[in-house]
Amino acid sequence: MATAAPSAPQGGNSHDLRTIATIWVVLSIVGDLAFWFLAGPHIPPGRMSDQARGAQFDFNVLFVIALPVVILVWTYLGFAVIRWRASRPNADEAPVIVPPRTALRIQTSWIAITSVVVIGLFGFGTYELIAPAGAGGGEGPTPIWKPNTKTILPIQVIGQQWMWTYRYPSFGGFETTQLMVPKNTEIAFHVTSLDVVHDFWAYQLGVKADANPNEDDVAYVKPEQLGRFTVRCDELCGLWHGAMYSYGHVVAPTAFYHWATTTEQKLAANTKTLPPFAWTYTPGANGASGSLYPSNVDPYSKSSLYGSSTVKVKQYGASAAQS
Amino acid sequence: MASTITTPVEGSTGAPPPAQRMRNRPAWASQHLGTALIGAVGGYAFGHWIGNVIAAGYTVPQSNGQNDVAVVLGLSLGALGYLIGIGAFNYPIAKMFGREPLPEVAEEGWQRFFRFNLDHKVVGMQYVIVSLLFLFTGGLLAMAIRTELLNPTNHIFGAGTYIAVVGEHGTIMMMMASSVVIGPLGNWLVPLMIGSRRMAFPRVEATSVWLFSAGYLVILTALPLGGFPTGWTGYAPLQNQSTAGMDSYLVGFAIIGMGMILAGLNLGATIINYRAPGMTWGRVPIFVWSVLATTALLVFATPTLVVAGLFGVLDRTALTAFYVNEHGGSSFLWENLFWFFGHPEVYIMALPGFGIVGEILPVFSRRPLFAYKVGAAGMLGVALLSFFVWQHHLFQSGINPDMRPLFMLTTELISIPTGFIFLVGLGTLWKARIRFEPPMLFALAVYFNFLIGGVTGVFLSDVPVNVTVHGSFFVLAHFHYTIMGGLIFAFFGGLYYWLPKMTGKTLNRKLAIWHFWIMFIFFNLTFFPMFIIGLLGQPRRVFEYATRLQGLNDFSSVSAYILGSSFLIFAFNFVWSIYIDPKRAESNPWGSRGLEWQVPTPVPHYNFERLPVVVADPYRYDEPDQGVADFGTFGDPALSPGAAPGERVPHGHVQSSDDSGDFDPRPPII
Repeated sequence: MATAAPSAPQGGNSHDLRTIATIWVVLSIVGDLAFWFLAGPHIPPGRMSDQARGAQFDFNVLFVIALPVVILVWTYLGFAVIRWRASRPNADEAPVIVPPRTALRIQTSWIAITSVVVIGLFGFGTYELIAPAGAGGGEGPTPIWKPNTKTILPIQVIGQQWMWTYRYPSFGGFETTQLMVPKNTEIAFHVTSLDVVHDFWAYQLGVKADANPNEDDVAYVKPEQLGRFTVRCDELCGLWHGAMYSYGHVVAPTAFYHWATTTEQKLAANTKTLPPFAWTYTPGANGASGSLYPSNVDPYSKSSLYGSSTVKVKQYGASAAQS
Repeated sequence: MASTITTPVEGSTGAPPPAQRMRNRPAWASQHLGTALIGAVGGYAFGHWIGNVIAAGYTVPQSNGQNDVAVVLGLSLGALGYLIGIGAFNYPIAKMFGREPLPEVAEEGWQRFFRFNLDHKVVGMQYVIVSLLFLFTGGLLAMAIRTELLNPTNHIFGAGTYIAVVGEHGTIMMMMASSVVIGPLGNWLVPLMIGSRRMAFPRVEATSVWLFSAGYLVILTALPLGGFPTGWTGYAPLQNQSTAGMDSYLVGFAIIGMGMILAGLNLGATIINYRAPGMTWGRVPIFVWSVLATTALLVFATPTLVVAGLFGVLDRTALTAFYVNEHGGSSFLWENLFWFFGHPEVYIMALPGFGIVGEILPVFSRRPLFAYKVGAAGMLGVALLSFFVWQHHLFQSGINPDMRPLFMLTTELISIPTGFIFLVGLGTLWKARIRFEPPMLFALAVYFNFLIGGVTGVFLSDVPVNVTVHGSFFVLAHFHYTIMGGLIFAFFGGLYYWLPKMTGKTLNRKLAIWHFWIMFIFFNLTFFPMFIIGLLGQPRRVFEYATRLQGLNDFSSVSAYILGSSFLIFAFNFVWSIYIDPKRAESNPWGSRGLEWQVPTPVPHYNFERLPVVVADPYRYDEPDQGVADFGTFGDPALSPGAAPGERVPHGHVQSSDDSGDFDPRPPII
C-alpha cells in the first residue's frame, strides 16, 4: 500500500488496479466454490421434480455469475472509500485523470462485456426454459414446450376463494381437495379459477401457474422423489389469501392408481352432481363480478365462452401407471 | 426558440401591481389550503348526493352498502372542488369569460407554501412536504405490516384490516415514489440547472403538485371506505369484487396519474426549450438528463394507467365489462395495461435517483463525471427499453408462452444501460478525493443497495428461476432494494445535498450521519432476510406463514422498527435545523460547480438577474481555472463557481460572453 508512488500516477494506477483485481479474484473464487458446493445443493425448490432440479441448477448458475459482479463492485467501492478518501496523505496532489483513449477503451469493453454476459444469460435461460417443458411455469391454454412422451397425466387445479380443488379427468373427473401425483410420470396441471386470479404454487415441485377465470393454464412437471409438497396461493386473491395453502403428495405410481380408482368409486355419486368436466368453467355468478352483472348461468358450470374447447382426455390406464 | 422569456409574470420588481388587491383580502377570503379543503368536502358531498340520486337503488351487498357511483362521483368532484378551492382554475376561467386574469404576485412568508403558487421553487418545496407526508404515512403502514408478521398465527389485525393495510402501504408508497424526486428536486432544480428563470408552464406545474396532494387525500379515503383487497396492483376480477375502497384506489391513481403527466409535460418542455445560451446537450447536468428521460416515461406511460383506472371505474359503476371474463372482457387486459404503465413506472422512480447520484459523486470526489455521454445514453436507453419489458410480471400468468423468452431478453437487456450508470459512478471514484459528507454517504449506499436490487432482478428475469421466486418475498425484497435502496436513499442524499440551497439553512451534519448509518444498516438487515424468506416459500401479502420462518420474519420486523425510527432522526433534524435553531447556509457549501449553486441563497424570485451564458459542463473539477458560466455580475464573491471550502478560488474563472465563441449567439434576455 505505502509503495504506491505518489509522483507516478500511472504506476499508482496499475498498482491499485492489481490490488483490486487480486482481492476480487480471490474472493470470487472462494465465494463461488463455497456457494456451489456448500449452499448449492440446498437451494430451493430442491430436487423433488425434473423442473425443480432445473430451477435449482439455474439459480446456482446465475448466483455463480452474479457473485463476482457483486464482489467486483463492492471491492472497488470498499477500496475507494479506504484508499481514495480526501483525508489520506498526498490527497492534494495533481488529479489523476483517466486519459480519453483509456476512458474510451474502458467504456467500450464495459459495454462489450455486459452485452456478452446478458446475451449469454438469455441463451442459457431460454434453453433451460424449453428443455424441461416450460420449466414448471404456466404456459397458457396452448403450450408449445411439452414433455416428449405420450402418457401425460392431466390433473385439473381449480382455484376458488379460498381453497384448491383438483379434478382427475382420467378417472371420471372426480373432484377432491386431495392432491396426489405419481412419481416418475409426466403430469400436466390444468390450472383454472372459478372467481378471481389465484396462483397455483406447488413449491417443492417447482410449479407455478396463475389460475385465471375462463382460462386453462397448463404447467408440466415430472416428480422424481416421493414425499409431501406445499401448495400455496401466490397471487393476492382477497381476504384469506394468506390462509390458502394445503399439501400434496408424490406417491408411487401403483399407489396412485389404487388411490385414484378407489376415490373415483367412492365419489361416484358426488361426481354426477358436478358440472361435466371442462377445461374452464364459468365463474360463479356471486363470485368475481360481485353480483353486479345479470347472469343466467349457474355458478360453476361448464364454460360456453372464450377458452372452451372439446375435452379429449386420453385414458390414463393401469399400463401407464405401472410403466 | 430556447430560453425566450417574453412576458414573465409581472411583479418581480418595482411597485406592487394593481393585482395586489387580491392578496390584500383577509386571509380567510383568499384562496389557500383551507379553501381547497372546503372545496373538497363540498365537492365530495355534492358528488355523493348526485350519485345517490342518479343511481338510486343501485346499492350492492358486496360493496358494504356503499353506492359505487356515489363514491366515484364524490371523490372525483371532491378533487375538482379541491383544485377550484386552491384557485387552479382562476386563470383559465377568467380567460374563458374574456376578462383579464389577475396577475400573480411574488409572495413571501410561509403562507405561499399553502397557496397556488407559480414559482417553481415554492412548488418544489410543496412537493417536498407532500412527498414526506406520503412517505411517513406509508412508513407507518409498513410498521403495521411488520408488526402483524411478528407471529405466524397470532394476529393483531383481522384479515380484512391487514389486507387493507397492505394495499394502502403499497399504493401510497408507489404514488410517493413516482414523484418523490421528479416533484421536489426536479421542479426545484431543473430551471436553475439549465439556467432558466422559470418553468415553461408554471400553471401546469402548480396544478401538478395540487393534483399530487389531492391524490394523497383520495387514497387516504380508502381506509374509512373499507380498504381494497388487491394490493397496489389491483388485479381485475378481485377489483370488481371489492368494496368501495377500490374506488379510492382507481380514482386516486387516476388523479396522481394526471398530475404525473402534467409534471412530465412541463419539465420536458422546460428542459428542451428553456436552456440558457451555451447550455448545449453536451453540458446539461446528468440529473437533467435523468429528468428528461423520466418525463418521456411520465408522458407516454402514465396515460395507460389513467385509462386503465377509468375502465375499472366504468366496470364498477356503469356495468361495462372491460375486465369481466364471463361477459366478453378479460382480466388480462388489466394486467397488461397496468404493467404497461407499471414497468416504466419503476424507472420513473429509479432514473431520477441515478441522476442525483451522478450530481453528488463528482462534487464529493473532486473528479469530473466519468463517461458522461455513456451515462446520459444509459438513461435514455433504460427509458426506451422500459416500454418493452412489462410482460415479465406475467411470466407465470398464462400469457402466450413464446412471449416469455422475448421478454426475458428485453428484461436482461435493460441491465446493459443500467450498467452504464454503474460505470459512471465507479469511474468517477477512480483515484478520487472522497469527502464523506452525508450526501456522499447516501450516494455510495445507492450503489451498494442498487447492485443487490439489480442483480436479483436478473434472477427474476430468468423464467425457470422466476417459477420459484415470482410473487414471493424474494420479489418484495428485490423491489424494496431498488426503490427504497436506490431511490429513497438517493432522495435523502439529494435532500441533504440541496436543502441548504433550498431552505438557506444548514442541516445538522452529525444527525445526518447518524440517520445515514442507522438507515443503511437496518435497511439491509430488514430486507436482505426477505430474499431468504421468499426463497423458502413465503408468498407476498400473506398474514399467515410457515412457523419455521418466524425467526427470519421477526428479525426483519425488529430491524424494520429501527429502520423506521431512523426517519424520525431526519424529521427531527429537518424541523430543528430549519425552524427551531436555524443556521444560515453558505451559498455554495459543498464547493459545487453546478449552476444551481452559483446563485445567491435564498435564490432570487426569478433565479438569475439575467440569463447566464454557460461556457462549460459542470463537472470540470480537474480544471479549477475553467469557469462555469457568465452571469453578467462580475466581482460578486457570492457567485464564485465551485471551489471546495478552503480550496483556492481562482480568479478569472468568469468568462466574458464576448470572447467565448462556443455559445449560442442569441441576444441576452432581460
